[in-house]
Amino acid sequence: MKSSASIKSIVIRLLLVTVGMFGFGFALVPLYDMFCDITGLNGKTNAEAFIPLADLIDTSREVTVQFVATNNDYMPWEFKPQVFKMKVHPGEEIETTFYAKNPSSKAMMAQAIPSVSPSRAASYFLKTECFCFNQQQLAAGEAIDMPLKFIVDRDLPGNVSTITLSYTLFDITNGGAITGDSLAIR
Amino acid sequence: MGDHGPAQGFGRWLFTTNHKDIGSMYLWFSFAMFLMGGVFALVIRAELFQPGLQLVEPEFFNQMTTMHGLVMVFGAVMPAFVGLANWLIPMMVGAPDMALPRMNNWSFWILPFAFALLTSTLFMEGGGPNFGWTFYAPLSTTYAPPSVTYFIFAVHIMGASSIMGSINIIATILNMRAPGMTLMKMPLFVWTWLITAYLLIAVMPVLAGCVTMMLMDIHFGTSFFNAAGGGDPVLFQHVFWFFGHPEVYIMILPAFGIVSAIIPTFARKPLFGYASMVYATASIAFLSFIVWAHHMFTVGMPIAGELFFMYATMLIAVPTGVKVFNWITTMFRGSMSFETPMLFSIAFVILFTIGGFSGLMLAIAPADFQYHDTYFVVAHFHYVLVPGAIFSIFAAVYYWLPKWCGNMYDERLGKAHFWLSFVGLNVTFFPMHFVGLAGMPRRIPDYALQFADFNQIASMGAFLFGFSQVFFLFIVIKTIRGGKQATDEVWESPEGLEWTIPSPAPYHTFTTPPAVK
Repeated sequence: MKSSASIKSIVIRLLLVTVGMFGFGFALVPLYDMFCDITGLNGKTNAEAFIPLADLIDTSREVTVQFVATNNDYMPWEFKPQVFKMKVHPGEEIETTFYAKNPSSKAMMAQAIPSVSPSRAASYFLKTECFCFNQQQLAAGEAIDMPLKFIVDRDLPGNVSTITLSYTLFDITNGGAITGDSLAIR
Repeated sequence: MGDHGPAQGFGRWLFTTNHKDIGSMYLWFSFAMFLMGGVFALVIRAELFQPGLQLVEPEFFNQMTTMHGLVMVFGAVMPAFVGLANWLIPMMVGAPDMALPRMNNWSFWILPFAFALLTSTLFMEGGGPNFGWTFYAPLSTTYAPPSVTYFIFAVHIMGASSIMGSINIIATILNMRAPGMTLMKMPLFVWTWLITAYLLIAVMPVLAGCVTMMLMDIHFGTSFFNAAGGGDPVLFQHVFWFFGHPEVYIMILPAFGIVSAIIPTFARKPLFGYASMVYATASIAFLSFIVWAHHMFTVGMPIAGELFFMYATMLIAVPTGVKVFNWITTMFRGSMSFETPMLFSIAFVILFTIGGFSGLMLAIAPADFQYHDTYFVVAHFHYVLVPGAIFSIFAAVYYWLPKWCGNMYDERLGKAHFWLSFVGLNVTFFPMHFVGLAGMPRRIPDYALQFADFNQIASMGAFLFGFSQVFFLFIVIKTIRGGKQATDEVWESPEGLEWTIPSPAPYHTFTTPPAVK
């Protein structure tokens, strides 16, 4: 029958579970990122520059790398790769550029988010320099060629012959919020 | 101990700590929300009666689909089950009241405020939530109407109410059972609610965390779900469905308990496989935590993920099958009679199983790419929620109402309500399977011409079903106001402590604990 002491201990324990699960909800964020990093799910690639250790080039093998540039909703910039497709040897450091132009009448800030497909190739696609590591600011009407340097890892699984690197360009002038301005530009 | 009755006037309801009063308030509140959510549904069905845009703007249509889902899930089904728990669990385990009566009062009274906040958004500039009841980011963050903040706080309050209710239920069940009432002697309604309460405590805080992250993204410049800032919208779906899948079992496990109480009474046989029912419920609860991504087969998961979530989902059919088998075996060669609660329970077993089968079809990952976001999904979850959760609540009200108010309901009217609901429900939701398989997307105010016939049929069924529930309100009020005096047992030798007390149940029951053999 009812004993207040044990009711109190049950309530305390259940409240701890509640607080714990609230924390767990937030813990899902780093857990998810970690999970994606380890498995390369979601096509996530390295967010910081990769420093090459040794430049051994596997000339016996060629991999096709394709580049895709997409604008997120309401993003008015012109944005495209200067080279759409190239053949590279694993281990070789390649440089290419993406073109961006701000056709609007005011200065804007942008952030490019990369994604690699197929996702199992994501962890073998190593960017040594990328415009996506920084935010891009362009004055009204200004254009720019943005550099990208990368190495396709020599350990890339043999059954991957084509890698697609896709960038989505986001307007972050107002911290990413959709505003009347960006709607008007569109 | 003197038998002092309730206080007079509105203060009785405002300050009550009596589990029966609070149970009644939960049930009335949930019925009000059921009617409101039903009106939203009828706006949807009226618009979809014909192709083209007739009655409402697409923006308002989106608010209706969203509010219908939110109000039905958080306002109608969940409070109804909490109300039944309040009324029945103390009477079933032989306790004088809930373990924490004051918190009980509070967990009810914050609910009307939550729903006042939520519905007030419909009158605000920019309108109410329009992103679906699943409120996927970035629809609910970057692209949300300004009223989304009210929605977030409403969800916080609903979550707090559910968590307090669950703590109360667990403390009552674990601490206040009559001597001799061991865990494996508890009625199944008590068992299923015990497990449901644990599910609620595990996942409602995750939902609270999820909407808190939205709040921070919207107002404090974080980027949990904003890809431009390094976040990930797919993460939202994982966090949401980690809550959302157990949530669908929260809305069905108590229903299993209700049906397990009613079928033995009217089959005049003890429940077949009591222990297996308990273990099946626990297995379903466990499995509900590891299947969430089957809602997200099309987001681009690797094949290993698709397969894992597909097989884990299909595994749930095993304990659910055990339950359906037990209910049917309980009825097998019983001397059955078909009073209204039994009719609703039998319809539950049949129609819930149909919903379970369409769920299995959706669980097949490769096939799901065709079904995803179509009316087939709408048909599936309405088949498990309407004849599942809602029918079980109707059955429970007809079964226990004579105990609560001391009067028998009118059997003829009850049966009429059942048949109107049964026909209305099937006419509404069965055609949705067909339009879904043919490719009609959900949450769309307009559709291609070839779907017109089935949509017209569905809309007519919806209005029939909707108005039948006003009839239900009439039956309940009529029963409370008068009718044939119910006996203490009400039915023919039903099982359970609640039938050992007089009808109507006195304001205070089991102030001295009963002896359980």
